[in-house]
Order: sequence, then structure tokens, then C-alpha cells
Amino acid sequence: MVADPSVKPSPTIRTELPSRPAGPSGDGEDRRGPAAPATPEPGAMHAAPAPQIRLRTHAFDLFYGAHQALKAVTLEVPSHSVTAIIGPSGCGKSTLLRAFNRMNDLIPGVRVGGRVELSGNDVYAPATDVVELRRRVGMVFQRPNPFPKSIFDNVAFGLRLLGVRDRGELEARVEQSLRRAALWDEVRDRLGRSALALSGGQQQRLCIARALAVEPEVLLMDEPASALDPTATARIEELALELKARYTILVVTHNMQQAARISDLTAFMLQGELIEVGETRALFTRPRQKLTEDYITGRFG
Amino acid sequence: MSTALTAGAAASPMRPATARRRLSRLADQVHQRALGATALLVFLAVGLIVFEVVRGSAPALGTLGWRFLIGTEWDPVADHYGALPYLFGTLVSSALAMVMAVPLGVGTAVYLAELAPPRVGAVVAFVVELLASIPSIVYGIWGLFVLAPFLRSLVEPWLIAHLGFLPLFQGFPFGIGMLNAGIVLAVMVVPTIVSLAREILLAMPGSLREAALALGATRAEGLGVLLDAARPGILGAAILALGRALGETMAVTMVIGNTNRISASLLAPGSTMASVIANEFTEATGQLYLSALTEIALVLFALTVVINALARLLVLWTTGGRRDVAGSA
Repeated sequence: MVADPSVKPSPTIRTELPSRPAGPSGDGEDRRGPAAPATPEPGAMHAAPAPQIRLRTHAFDLFYGAHQALKAVTLEVPSHSVTAIIGPSGCGKSTLLRAFNRMNDLIPGVRVGGRVELSGNDVYAPATDVVELRRRVGMVFQRPNPFPKSIFDNVAFGLRLLGVRDRGELEARVEQSLRRAALWDEVRDRLGRSALALSGGQQQRLCIARALAVEPEVLLMDEPASALDPTATARIEELALELKARYTILVVTHNMQQAARISDLTAFMLQGELIEVGETRALFTRPRQKLTEDYITGRFG
Repeated sequence: MSTALTAGAAASPMRPATARRRLSRLADQVHQRALGATALLVFLAVGLIVFEVVRGSAPALGTLGWRFLIGTEWDPVADHYGALPYLFGTLVSSALAMVMAVPLGVGTAVYLAELAPPRVGAVVAFVVELLASIPSIVYGIWGLFVLAPFLRSLVEPWLIAHLGFLPLFQGFPFGIGMLNAGIVLAVMVVPTIVSLAREILLAMPGSLREAALALGATRAEGLGVLLDAARPGILGAAILALGRALGETMAVTMVIGNTNRISASLLAPGSTMASVIANEFTEATGQLYLSALTEIALVLFALTVVINALARLLVLWTTGGRRDVAGSA
């Protein structure tokens, strides 16, 4: 995992999102992204708040053996927003998502080059504690994957890994997480029951609660609703909109309507390259790239 | 039904079944009945075994009553039959085998399924399964000619010298006895545990491990989640192994020493229910003698049924009635 200096930035990277030095410099004015922040923060523009860019990649490459899955991807994800990554199957959107919490490390033969940052910290630096990184960057998977344990133990899992043993604290944080995941009212009187007895949509919200319990900064969602029915999908989408007040959400989706409904920013990927990223409505109504237009109008993918 | 579908939306009458369709329905029924009959054969076989064993042990049941189970005297000359030493021997040798085989087997399975390179895992698993196909008499010969001298000259003197203060390790280093039988049984059942537990671990969905790791679990903690999820299946593997250990006859008979004593020491010789039947059945002359041996078979049969039932309850209890035993995901 050594940065490969020979890789040149892809010409398709938009210059509207130049990479800038990390730091709370409050230089958010020229970005197209969160131009209209959905979370009103009074005086945020002048108060020079915490870093606006939560996740950043710069000329990021990823190889599975000889195959290059990501090609010089440069992307910035602002705090407290929902950013969607769309693109056809195999375009590398899930791979990109998994770069932020280094879940790709599990696959043998993966090499990376370039830079990935979480709040300005180099994710792939040798000194990075992957366990700590994954606590700060929560993840929800395509298929609900609760542990075959009780509902309570599922949510408490990450807390226990962190060494929380106090029953009262566990109970308080489990309840808080379930409330944030909009599941508390449905399960409050059966926390001891198996998580596998829940419906698919409930299981997915349980997985979200489980990820939220350890207070991550970022929530990665890898097609979180693709295995769910329309009603459950709607609940997950509502939830994403609620959660962006507290967390930064990056969601991979196959579903362009979903991206349009829930995201502030949308990034379009094709064959490992980031073709275009911009404010969601603008990207869907006035795409700047021919490839993006072809994709969103259904000409391929 | 396809007829309804092809008939279209109009309320046309159902077409009469063609001869071909009637024939296929008949074939279905014949097929179903035939398979049902083969399944019934299983019940029939178990029922007949129970019937025959109960009938054969009826004289002993009538004459000896409860004394059979609690008596320690086994004297065919005086027609005096107490089977407690054999019951004890079966339970102790099997328990000893499980104490050794379960950690070894589960540990091997975890290594093969999770940690070893896939090719190594497959090769080692194949070799482990070969172990299961060795006839039990070969294990008996190994226990008698290889394990026994080793135990007699090295292991047992050491145990007596260092752990001799425990009743478990007092006595004389015979080489053959409960310890030898337990070890041989453990070697015999380890393959069962390894191959089943490995299959169960391999069938666990990778998404569980991913979920744990994504929450900041270390590799070991992720493995803990997998093992936890696989626990009902692994328990099932251990139960199958226990069933094999309880009933194993030939190897045990060769290495256990065949005395009808109850001793707290693992070094002392003993007997199991299966071994006493194997040893004495051919020489059982008196009617009560034969009947007493048959009753031992009945007790052994009942014991395996009870243990299997308890084990099932245990699985049910540890999973909280969950029905998703390994592999269903």
C-alpha cells in the first residue's frame, strides 16, 4: 500500500472540486457541493466551523491484483450531508466506499495509491489504527447482516468491543441508537429476542443502529435498500435524511431515483473513474458530461 | 394451474385433464407413496430393535429389577448381575474422550476453515476424514501395542508422580485402562468433529465477519462472532461424536482392561457396556445370563436416546429456539 507517484490524475476529474490542504480554513464558498446546506447552521459561513470536508480522496488508485478498480479518484464529501455514488455494476462505487473504512484490506492482493482522508487524517498511513478507523467510519451493507444474537446484543456489540461494561450505560446507548435508527418503538419490549426474528427492513435499521452505537463520524451505506421492499426502502431513505444532521453519509446506490431523493451531492462513476460530481439536482438536470447524461437518461447501465 | 392461465381471461370452462396428465398425476402418487414407505422402514427398524431387545431382556428385567442398574456384582456363576460398573465405564470413557476431542477438533476446524490457506485447509481436511475411515480394530491394535507401552512407561508414571495426590491419577501404571480407552476414543471421534465443524464454519455467511470487522472488531473478535453463530452446529457435531464414543465396541474392548470395577482412577482398568457384551455374549450359557447381557444393550440404547434428547434440548436452549442453525443463511 504505497502511493504510486507515476499515476497521473485522470483527465475526467472535474476541476470544480480541487483538492485543498486539510484544515479548518473555512474555505467552503467556492464549492458547488454544499452550496445549499440542508442542515441549517446559523452563521456557519462566518464562524469558521470544524472542517467542512469529512472525507476526501485525492488521485486514489486501487488495484485488485493486475486489475485497476479505481483510477485516480478525487472526491470530497462534505460534513453533515448525504452524498450518493451512482454508476453501473462493476464501476467501482462499492470499492470506493470500502476504501474509506479499509474493508478492502480483507481482499488478498489489493494495492492502493494516492490518498484517502478522514477529517484530514491519512486513512492509509502506516500508523493508522484500522480498528479505530472503523469505529469512526460506520458501515451498513447491502443485505441486512445482524448477528444471530438478541436485538440488544447486536446494538451493544460495538460498545462492548470498546470496553463498555456498565449495564446502565449499555442500555442507555442501545436505546439512543435504536431511537436514532427509528426502530425503538417497534422493538422496545423485545430487546432480548433474536434479531433474526425481525423483518428485513427492521434488520437493516437494526444494522444502522448497531453502526450508530459507537458514535461514528461517517456512515457508509452500500446499497442499503436494494434487498428491501418499497415501504422498508422509504423508511431507510427517511432515516438517511434524518441522520445527516448528526453524521456524514455516503451512500452507494443502483437506484438513481433514490440518489435524487436523498442526496445533496451525487457522484457518477464509470469503469473505475469518477466522471462527474456535483449538487444532486444539477447533476440530474444539467449534467456537464456526455457520459453522465447518457447514464441518467438510461442509454446504458 | 396452467390450464387456467392458458384459457385466457374469458370464463371458459376448464379443459378436461388429458390422459397424459392423468398418467403423470398417477406417477406422482406412486412416487410419493414409495418414498413414504421407505421412510416408514426407518421407524419399523427402530421399533423392531426395541421390541426384540426388550423381549430378550424381559427375564432379567423381571428377576433383577432395579438391582441390575445399581448392583456392582457381576457373577454369572451365581446368576448375580449388577451392571453399574459397565454403565460407569461407558460414561467415563466417553466423557474423557469428549474432554480431549472437542477442544482439539473444534480448534482444528477453526484453523482449517478460517486461518489456513484454502489449499492447506482442503488437504488437511481430507486427511482428517481419512482418519474416520480406519476400521476400529486398527485403532484397538494401535492402542494396545503403541499407546499402552507409551502410557505405561512414560505418561502414567509421570501422572502418578506429579498428580498422584488426585484420586484421578492414583494406582498402578497398567498402560491399558480408562485413560487408554479415552484417548483411543478421542482419536476416533476427532475426525467427526473436525469435518462437521469445518463444514459448519465454512457455511457461515461472510457477511457476519464483515459486520464485526466494520464495527472495529479485531480478527480474533470477528472469529468469536463466527464461532458464536456456529455454536448450535458445533454442538451438534460434538453430539454425533459422543454417540459414536458411547457405542464404540472393538477398540475399547481391546484397551480398557475388562474388569468390572468402579475406580476413581483413570489409570485403572474397567469395562464399558459395549465391551462386556462383546466379551461375554458368545459364552453366555444361562438364560438369565443372556438376558442380562441383552438388558445391557437395552440400557445402552436408552442411554444414547436420552443423551441425544438432552443434547437437542441443549441446542434449543442455547439458541433460544432459533431455527437458523448453521448454513441456512
